[in-house]
Amino acid sequence: MAQDNVIAADALQMEREWKLPDRGTIGVIFLIITETALFTMFVAADLIYIGKSLTGPYPKDVLEMPIIATVCLLSSSGTIVFAEHALRRNDLGKFKIWWLVTILLGLYFLYATGAEWHKLIYEDHLTIATNLFGTTFYSLVGLHASHVVVGMTFLLIVFITTIFGFPIQTQERRVKFLSWYWHFFDWVWVIVFTVVYILPLKVF
Amino acid sequence: MASIDYPLEHPKAEALTPEFSFSESLYKWVATVDHKRLGLMYVVSALVFLVIAGIMASVIRMQLAFPLNHVVGPDTFNRLFTMHGTTMVFLVGMPMVAGFSVYLIPLMIGTRDMAFPRLNAFGFWIFLLGGCLLYFSYIGGGGLSGDGSAPDVGWFAYAPLTEKAFSRGAATDYWALGVLLSGVGSIVTALNVIATTFCMRCPGMTLSRMPMFVWVMLIDAWLVLVALPPLSAAQIMLELDRHLGANFFDTQAGGSAVLWQHLFWIFGHPEVYILIFPAFAILSEVIPVFSRKPLFGRPAMVGAVTAIGFISLGVWAHHMFAIGMTSWSNTFFAASSMLVGVPTGIKIFNWTATMYGGKLRMQTPLLFCIAFLLQFLVAGLTGIMLAVAPFDWQLHDSYFVVAHFHFTLVGGLVFGLFAGMYYWFPKVSGKMLDEKLGKWHFWLFCIGFNMTFLTLHFAGFLGMPRRIYTYYPGRGWDAINLIASLGVIPQAAGILCFVWNIIRSSLRGIPAGDDPWDAWTLEWATTSPPPEYNFEKLPVVRSSRPLWDLKHPQDPDWKYE
Repeated sequence: MAQDNVIAADALQMEREWKLPDRGTIGVIFLIITETALFTMFVAADLIYIGKSLTGPYPKDVLEMPIIATVCLLSSSGTIVFAEHALRRNDLGKFKIWWLVTILLGLYFLYATGAEWHKLIYEDHLTIATNLFGTTFYSLVGLHASHVVVGMTFLLIVFITTIFGFPIQTQERRVKFLSWYWHFFDWVWVIVFTVVYILPLKVF
Repeated sequence: MASIDYPLEHPKAEALTPEFSFSESLYKWVATVDHKRLGLMYVVSALVFLVIAGIMASVIRMQLAFPLNHVVGPDTFNRLFTMHGTTMVFLVGMPMVAGFSVYLIPLMIGTRDMAFPRLNAFGFWIFLLGGCLLYFSYIGGGGLSGDGSAPDVGWFAYAPLTEKAFSRGAATDYWALGVLLSGVGSIVTALNVIATTFCMRCPGMTLSRMPMFVWVMLIDAWLVLVALPPLSAAQIMLELDRHLGANFFDTQAGGSAVLWQHLFWIFGHPEVYILIFPAFAILSEVIPVFSRKPLFGRPAMVGAVTAIGFISLGVWAHHMFAIGMTSWSNTFFAASSMLVGVPTGIKIFNWTATMYGGKLRMQTPLLFCIAFLLQFLVAGLTGIMLAVAPFDWQLHDSYFVVAHFHFTLVGGLVFGLFAGMYYWFPKVSGKMLDEKLGKWHFWLFCIGFNMTFLTLHFAGFLGMPRRIYTYYPGRGWDAINLIASLGVIPQAAGILCFVWNIIRSSLRGIPAGDDPWDAWTLEWATTSPPPEYNFEKLPVVRSSRPLWDLKHPQDPDWKYE
């Protein structure tokens, strides 16, 4: 009997001390891993096809480095961290400002991509069907941009509901996951930028 | 004494579940987020697809039974082997992986549901939608010849055959989109399995005490997560090619047909491990319980399965020796393919060592496991043979390859799944499956399987190529093909025994009780069938065999761990 009581006390202590990772954290980390696998394949296809186009226009003829858009997207990774910090300190005013700045930076990036595509399609007559450059360019940049659109949708949902008085402080954890997702696609852009712009324009 | 941890007395599940009308219970199934209902729906839909694809295989064997036979024409034959392969891999294998995982993992790690129950339901329904979309192609799609029917491009759908110029109509789109959707289902389910095993284990269930089944399915989920996206990427590229005129696989515009092969097999080879892992997982539970011994070499098992989870990502091009790679590539992929045989061999050795010196209970689940060990050994050895590049050049695209992978997927996976179904059916339904019918099922299926596929190795040696719809007499293939086709009869009879066994036993089988096999993992600590909440009070475990500790309080495992 004495041994039973020892085991019972032991079980209670085990239950109290039992700590496991947060399922949201694990979920987002592995979501990012599986997205990485998807992007890797498109990046690989892009790398294989650099300089393999049989007909023009070639990257050197039509492509310009989107420096400003890149700076905007990468700095939005910083502003979303500021917003998160403000939320942790329960400073809702600052949170809204930084969140809005993040949204604007992201929207500028999407606008810049749209403007670039418009120029390429209507002035340079480069479509996805023109040559291998068009095929890989539009699919990789488009894949990235579509993910930015998804992130943007979530950013807007958070912003609009907060403006209308939703207590976003209660969702700190989910805001953190959204920010991880946003960071991820910012850093994917670094790779996309390297593969799509730097390598064909500066290296090959 | 042990009632402190988890009481062995349970309130009767029936007493807690009120009666529902038909529409109410239908609604309960459709709207459910309960992992047990979803797991069952996965397995049942997989069984339905198994029967459909099995019938297709039978027609294929009827066509090939005699030289110059004319049961079906060449177009239909192409559709048959395409739909047979695609269905077996994506609509039988993958939902079986998902079904066994989501049904058993929460029970085995002592929790009440998956980490994301609604995502779990989403995964099932999107898989089913993908499956229905694929089969809708029989009505909606146009094949190679343009007159509405199923895809006819092979389960691997090699470019540029799948390009618009060669595959007109919508059949190939149904293939790409149906498989893409069911792939999304597999990915989210894998995500769910990983989050569940990391975040939902009951107190005391450390990773080192986790049941081997859960370990294997965890690594399986990892493989799904990294290996399925390459296929999705390839299918997205294919659809871009077909509908927006992109040039990924268009050789006229400088695109590469080999790119498709790389992307497909970067998915495709891990995929065969994804498919065989459930069998590994099931064997690791069934063999110890039916040998009355703990699993031999548990840490080595975990190490081996983790090693497979990484090495198998680097062997894909052994499917492509025949396309003319550099000798460095050939050497690398031959070596890595042989390397992956080492952890697999460790597993075979450990299962055999678990049985060695054990008190074997020769019941149906163990019979299927023993057949698995022998047949999977053959499959592994022919796999090593095919990993040798010059040997592969000789037998590439021959019936030797067909025999090899049917030995892994039928002789391995399907036998493992049957073992698992006989083992866990009592838990799921509360009734035992009939032992006599089970033995009939085993012997008929085992004999039929070997009649068909053992003989096909020799057809391959004699040069019979894959995917031909007929052949001339007098090439030495006639007798082999006839025996192989006759093997379908016992296999079909075995499956009928199984289906009849399930129906009869669920209606009037012997009540199973909570723990009919005297097993050691947590799913046997609750009622059969488990209540919706699984465990009244979440268990606390101290060793890798919590039920052994409970049943043998004088000599619990945790004293030695």
